[in-house]
Amino acid sequence: MTTFEAAKLVAAREIRTKLRDKAFLFSTVFFLVIVVASIMLPSLLNGGATKVAVVDGGSAAVLREHGMQVRIVADQATAEQLVRDGEVDGAVLPGPVVIGDEESPDDVVEALSTAPQVRLLEPSDVDPFLKVIVPVAFAMLFFFTSFTFGMQIAQSVVEEKQTRIVEILVSSVPVRALLAGKVFALTVLAFAQVGLLALVAVVGMSATDTAPGLVSAVLPAIGWFVPFFVLGFVMLAALWAGVGALASRQEELASTTVPVQMLVLIPFFAVISLPHDGVAMRVLSYIPFSSPIAMPIRLFEGDAAVWEPVVAVVLLAVTAVALLGVGARVYSGSLLRTQVRTSFAAALRKA
Amino acid sequence: MNTVLTVDGVDRSFGERQVLKDVSFTVAAGRLTGFVGANGAGKTTTMRIILGVLAADAGTVTWRGEPLDRGIRQRFGYMPEERGLYPKMSVLEQIVYLGRLQGLGAAEARDRTMALLERLELAGRADDHVQKLSLGNQQRAQIAAALVHDPELLVLDEPFSGLDPLAVDNVVAVLRERAAAGAAVLFSSHQLDVVERLCDDLVIIADGTIRAAGDRAALREQYALPRYAIEVGADAGWLRDLPGVTLVDLDGRNAVFDLDSGSDQDVLRAALDRGPVHAFGPVRPSLAEIFREVVQ
Repeated sequence: MTTFEAAKLVAAREIRTKLRDKAFLFSTVFFLVIVVASIMLPSLLNGGATKVAVVDGGSAAVLREHGMQVRIVADQATAEQLVRDGEVDGAVLPGPVVIGDEESPDDVVEALSTAPQVRLLEPSDVDPFLKVIVPVAFAMLFFFTSFTFGMQIAQSVVEEKQTRIVEILVSSVPVRALLAGKVFALTVLAFAQVGLLALVAVVGMSATDTAPGLVSAVLPAIGWFVPFFVLGFVMLAALWAGVGALASRQEELASTTVPVQMLVLIPFFAVISLPHDGVAMRVLSYIPFSSPIAMPIRLFEGDAAVWEPVVAVVLLAVTAVALLGVGARVYSGSLLRTQVRTSFAAALRKA
Repeated sequence: MNTVLTVDGVDRSFGERQVLKDVSFTVAAGRLTGFVGANGAGKTTTMRIILGVLAADAGTVTWRGEPLDRGIRQRFGYMPEERGLYPKMSVLEQIVYLGRLQGLGAAEARDRTMALLERLELAGRADDHVQKLSLGNQQRAQIAAALVHDPELLVLDEPFSGLDPLAVDNVVAVLRERAAAGAAVLFSSHQLDVVERLCDDLVIIADGTIRAAGDRAALREQYALPRYAIEVGADAGWLRDLPGVTLVDLDGRNAVFDLDSGSDQDVLRAALDRGPVHAFGPVRPSLAEIFREVVQ
């Protein structure tokens, strides 16, 4: 049997086990519920069109144009009563005077006002709200995915070590087949989960028209986000497997995985907290640990030149290959030391 | 004898501590070879080196004269000393998985697993998670995992520890079947009575060196003392005064003695002159006695 065939078998087992794992299924369902809820709730809470009582028939046409439900009443007293009873959200008396119950009915006021014309000298093609939310979403997505799935890689490695089944595995198939199968399986699962959430989010937002323009605004950056995301994830996956193998029991994972946790945490907080238009962000968009988050954000904001993501992705790919080597070395160097926790340096020396 | 596995001059150290020194022995096809030694004598390390889980510092292990590689090792079955299967995977599923890693096709792996579980009286638990099985049943599952691809060499580290006597008989029968079908079986144990009952060949290791190896009956001959047991009609105390005889044990009409010089027939004749003799014969050393002697 070739290494490739063995890796396929390992990956298939890994995926089958995860798909039956209650914790994994629960977390997927949990995220789906959150996504659906955050899309559906705002439109559900809005409670439909604003109802307005109008005495002066003249403003009725304008209000109807703004999609409000207009009710013509005879006099001021009737209109006020309807507002008090909560039958309508507001009323318009001749003048015009707008009447509200406890809060000013802003949408009615807005509909009746004439806004001055605005002319921007450098119009941004991105909605300011999206401009804030999309980079955070990119960063969070990468952070959570590489963290949770990375931890699962480490756990799966230490499970085989702790149960000593690793001795049978190593006597049957090459160590790199074990590592490759595991990394491949968890990468596929991570992207299946993220893809499912993204699909539900996009479909949901288009259906409810929650964030108009989001999909079209994000699309150009997505093209680059995907390769950055995949390479960034795989680069860390082998390291997660390596530090997982350093532990001899699940309890030791908390300490052996700290170096890799830092490699995920520090870039995340740096990208989130630093200003997006400075030199720092430019540097971060080239460093392989932060480039999977920083470069797509710069692309989304239209800051990056065409060649920049190409250079960053090559840097990332080279680093990923190098770290796969380091991860594989640490993994095979510590896999059979089942008695005690192995140090990083000892693992890098030969088994 | 059809030697298939040859371990030749293997050394291995862990840090400063040398655990194997010039270990050499052979394993023959169709025979059960018992690998005996105290805890820490080097049994597990030797087995791990045979399976390629550990590397030797020096020396070679060959299969039918060829150095071992992964292709050859695919024909080996291994049961490690520290038991472990995936706790949350069913017995059937993980033995099929391990069989497939050894190169079996999906259907073939499944058929063989079911047949094996049947033979090991574990078929009823095939769909249970391993963590739900008793230790003895986990052990049987582990043995099934080592046997699933019908290996030509079986390396079993302490296969009987944790098994009740009936399960030992069952596993012994399965191993004998495999040997009869031509497989070579190397198993370690510190239960000398089981080894004595089961093995055809013996390898005794102590402090990382091989102290004795070969056919079990031949070893018993080799290590046999000129020792005899006798049962006579009356008190056997007179043996004490016979020239060349050293009494080892005297219990009324029964005696065990070593013969330092002279003929056993002379002793028998002397006994018959004094009365009836109910039993007379040489005493073969037990494995435990041989073990004690060679290990000292």
